[in-house]
Amino acid sequence: MSKILVIAEHLGGKLNPSTARAVSAAAAAKPEAIDVLVLADNADAIAAEAAKIEGVSRVLTVTRAENAHALAAVLAPQVAKAAAGYSHVFAPSTTFGKDLAPRVAALLGVAQVSDVMAVEGSHTFKRPIYAGNAIVTVEADPAQTVVATIRTASWPAAAIGANGTPVEALNLDVALPSYTRFVELKQGKSDRPDLQGASKVVSGGRGVGSKENFEIIYKFADRIGAAVGASRAAVDAGYVPNEMQVGQTGKIIAPELYMAIGISGAIQHLTGIKDAGTIVAINKDAEAPIFEIADLGLVGDLFKIVPELEAALAG
Amino acid sequence: MKILVGYKRVVDYNVRIQVKPDGTGVVTEGVKLSANPFDDIALEEALRLREKGVAEEVVIVGIGPADLTAHLRNGLAMGANRAIHVTTAEAVQPLTAARVFLKLVEKEQPGLVILGKQAIDDDANQTGQMLAALWDRPQATFASKVEIADGKATVTREVDAGLETIEADLPAVITTDLRLNEPRFIKLPDIMKAKSKPIDVIELGSLGVEGGDHLKTTHYAAPPKRSKGVMVKDAAELVATLKQKGLL
Ligand SMILES: Cc1cc2nc3c(=O)[nH]c(=O)nc-3n(C[C@H](O)[C@H](O)[C@H](O)COP(=O)(O)OP(=O)(O)OC[C@H]3O[C@@H](n4cnc5c(N)ncnc54)[C@H](O)[C@@H]3O)c2cc1C
Ligand SMILES: Nc1ncnc2c1ncn2[C@@H]1O[C@H](COP(=O)(O)O)[C@@H](O)[C@H]1O
Repeated sequence: MSKILVIAEHLGGKLNPSTARAVSAAAAAKPEAIDVLVLADNADAIAAEAAKIEGVSRVLTVTRAENAHALAAVLAPQVAKAAAGYSHVFAPSTTFGKDLAPRVAALLGVAQVSDVMAVEGSHTFKRPIYAGNAIVTVEADPAQTVVATIRTASWPAAAIGANGTPVEALNLDVALPSYTRFVELKQGKSDRPDLQGASKVVSGGRGVGSKENFEIIYKFADRIGAAVGASRAAVDAGYVPNEMQVGQTGKIIAPELYMAIGISGAIQHLTGIKDAGTIVAINKDAEAPIFEIADLGLVGDLFKIVPELEAALAG
Repeated sequence: MKILVGYKRVVDYNVRIQVKPDGTGVVTEGVKLSANPFDDIALEEALRLREKGVAEEVVIVGIGPADLTAHLRNGLAMGANRAIHVTTAEAVQPLTAARVFLKLVEKEQPGLVILGKQAIDDDANQTGQMLAALWDRPQATFASKVEIADGKATVTREVDAGLETIEADLPAVITTDLRLNEPRFIKLPDIMKAKSKPIDVIELGSLGVEGGDHLKTTHYAAPPKRSKGVMVKDAAELVATLKQKGLL
């Protein structure tokens, strides 16, 4: 039987919802236990949140001052040690998990399965390659620990509401390197919903034309309570910050509603939105590839259409 | 300082990938191959560090079949001093690639290894982190800005929350993100010059790398297709349709 260790992602004392998504994937492997590991300088509040995730057997905490920031070089030796006795180690396929999990796998001397989108059996998984243009089935060696990152857009968050899940402190006693140091994190401040968890996302592309023009996108998104995303071209041109990039090398998302405005629909962008419920495209070029996959398309100038959408909403 | 750069050859990012009908792989016959875009960025960064006087030598590394030579010549034409070609008929998985890089690191003693954050064929995003772990050195993944001074790298990283800056003692492993730089174009005279630059050929089997790739790919499938939807005539119809679907 399998036992799965899920690495909790957190920031600023709060658990990231990606953790509950990784728990869903763990549950799909039908293990005998799913434990969540919280590495932090102050783990209590985060552990309490993790203990509410349905399906979790135990929450394990490792409290050390060195864990104040998620540095892979510092966290990996602790995870590798905590992994003893587990058949699987899962982390979300966010920048946190992508940075950490391969380092853990290498310390354990095992392969890693990246971006698990389906669990077919305890050691059989589906994952995307070539920007999602092919889906492969991979088999991991049952004689080894499986280290995997979980493609969060493929998994719903496990329900919150569990009661009485035990929280236990671990003392791992591992030496940690000091050769990597945290300097700062510049976070975009926004009251808008989080891009990775939002049910509605409005994205702008190069067609929006400038940083100033992007206000049109923000305003419309706020009107419908949506998160805001962007194409790589919009980020490269400096219209919006990097954390808003959607796609193969940005964020992979699965909102119920995705609206692509002034985005052509390059394959690398589409990879990030394939799992969206309904895709809407607004583009002045009727031949834009985005219309090949959009559920609802509207050809026209975004500077005319977006205000009209707002007017129609009011009406 | 010497910089080692990962220089993988992959199917060009513009190619529309087709899965073979029998599910045994993707079609690669007659398909355009190019340098992994993240590796061109890695090489560009190394060249800029050399131009700034931070590094003296830039060495590109390709692990792959015998016909990788032309690809490595491109990297040499872009400006690398020399190339190492680790030959293997089979594609290697990230753990094996990381073990190969570790052997080369032991031999070459670089101050910096720059790899792409991911290869756009396997989309694994693992090799740099694995190498850093095996080497027991710092890693700075998803770099969008690199500064080297006083035996340290100060690296700005593109993370989900924004931009994180970390400091890493050298030697270290850096993996590149898209906005680190824009790779230069290769100039014709440089292609000629590259012909005389050395390529070391080493057989993978001779490196004494611990054996075997651990993941078995048993099936390839095309992704589920999204069907083409409908076009609406104006904003009013779009809003009405979305309201009807309960999305607004
Ligand atoms: C390795 C690699 C990784 C990549 N990763 C990503 C990624 O993660 N995410 C990503 O998005 N891209 C990624 N890309 C880039 C991708 O290939 C495209 O270049 C990019 O998505 C294009 O962005 P865009 O659609 O905004 O710009 P464009 O392709 O320039 O399209 C702009 C669109 O706006 C329309 N338009 C212009 N003006 C108006 C107007 N007034 N009203 C309405 N429509 C208008 C135009 O008709 C056009 O269709 C990657 C590329 C590479 C090589
Ligand atoms: N066969 C290879 N030859 C050269 N470099 C490689 C090879 N495999 C991986 N790399 C390097 O590792 C990076 C990440 O690859 P991956 O972990 O496969 O996504 C690539 O961008 C390359 O820099």
